[in-house]
Amino acid sequence: MGDSRELLLEIKNLQKSYGDRKVLEGIDLRVRKGEVIVILGPSGCGKSTFLRCLNGLESVQGGEIQYLGRNLAEDQVDWREIRQHIGMVFQNYDLFPHMTVIDNILLGPLKVQKRDKTEALQQAEQLLDRVGLLDRKDAYPRQLSGGQKQRIAIVRALCMNPDIILFDEVTASLDPEMVREVLDVIQELANQGMTMIIVTHEMGFAKSVGDFIVFMDQGKICEIRAAAQFFTRPETERAQHFLDIFQYEKL
Amino acid sequence: MNFDWEFIVESLPLYGDAMWLTVKLAFWGTLFSLVLGLLFSVVLHYKLPVISGVIVAYVELSRNTPLLVQLFFLYYGLPKIGIHMSEVACAIVGLTFLGGSYMTEAFRSGIEAVSKSQVESGLSIGLSKVQLARYVILPQAYAISIPSLGANAIFLLKETSIVGAIALMDLMNVAKDLIGMHYKTAESLTLLVVSYLILILPLSIVLSWVERKVRYAEFGD
Repeated sequence: MGDSRELLLEIKNLQKSYGDRKVLEGIDLRVRKGEVIVILGPSGCGKSTFLRCLNGLESVQGGEIQYLGRNLAEDQVDWREIRQHIGMVFQNYDLFPHMTVIDNILLGPLKVQKRDKTEALQQAEQLLDRVGLLDRKDAYPRQLSGGQKQRIAIVRALCMNPDIILFDEVTASLDPEMVREVLDVIQELANQGMTMIIVTHEMGFAKSVGDFIVFMDQGKICEIRAAAQFFTRPETERAQHFLDIFQYEKL
Repeated sequence: MNFDWEFIVESLPLYGDAMWLTVKLAFWGTLFSLVLGLLFSVVLHYKLPVISGVIVAYVELSRNTPLLVQLFFLYYGLPKIGIHMSEVACAIVGLTFLGGSYMTEAFRSGIEAVSKSQVESGLSIGLSKVQLARYVILPQAYAISIPSLGANAIFLLKETSIVGAIALMDLMNVAKDLIGMHYKTAESLTLLVVSYLILILPLSIVLSWVERKVRYAEFGD
């Protein structure tokens, strides 16, 4: 697209299969610094699997994931190191239930990145304040609502100072009234220039937060378009069909 | 039926000594079993080659043979190949041999009960395998294991009742002796039952209290 922004991730012909079943069949995608990419597609299209491949939670069977001069699709990758730069937030929050909010957030910065405690704590508190949860820093996850837990999970990923954050259907387990508070946090991150790849089913959110929409079906990318265009004039019939279904649900 | 209260009072010191012995055996047996269980469960979970196989074999041997047979082996068998242990040592080793496998299984099921998504969540912030075990998996696993650990501790305490077979004067053996010598069957057996209750009932109550506390502290339910 002739963009001058730094290329962070370049995925070429990525292949993933479980035994004989192909889940990803040649994914190509470029992610530039500051871009927000939203991946849409029907259930089972491989979008979550794709995201998990970028964080080393799934092995890949072919292709390349170029990140800062390294190919993450090779066998000898130090994922411990990479994961500090490519953060991930999950559908079920997965905070550690036996730790307080602040301990959840500081585990990575202190134990993995070996950062100075006062400095890390200061950043954690700043981030908590930004998502409006500073007063819950000594609470346990069980004492929080789903929306609060998910905001903490986002802070936990942010506090590692990652280059990219992956969001895997982060509002799918939330009660409807809590979806908004989580989406607002992600929207704010987008405004601040955070690079993100987001898998979601929230169409309105996808439209407002995404720079590009990646539409996937059956393990392939069907189209990549600017968000505004995708929702008004999708190129492929399958994307149109997918949008129609959501249109119908809105009626 | 007339209870011989004088006999009961006179027998109390014997039962007291025997209770103390039972407590001692059960305490050390449980403690060493816990240590074995902690180590072995981690080895099994991470499937360390060779040594995992040895532990699986041990667990099967330990759980599928009676403690009585294990004690006989230690007490009468080992001396034949030149290994001599005192009766108390034999009993503690025997209880540990038996309890170690049960504790291993209890810890292991706790480790396996920690969800895959917790593991992934830990990995996603860059934790190493060791850090993941130390900060994420084991603390949760131990909280989950506590009910079975408690049940095993009580099980081991009850199992001490056969150490009379290797000439130790535990509660059971004292009762049998008194019955044999004085024919005071009802008194001796009543004392025996009461003695075990005095030991086990408070333990049960304390353990279920600990269970509730730990569960709440860890998971809040």
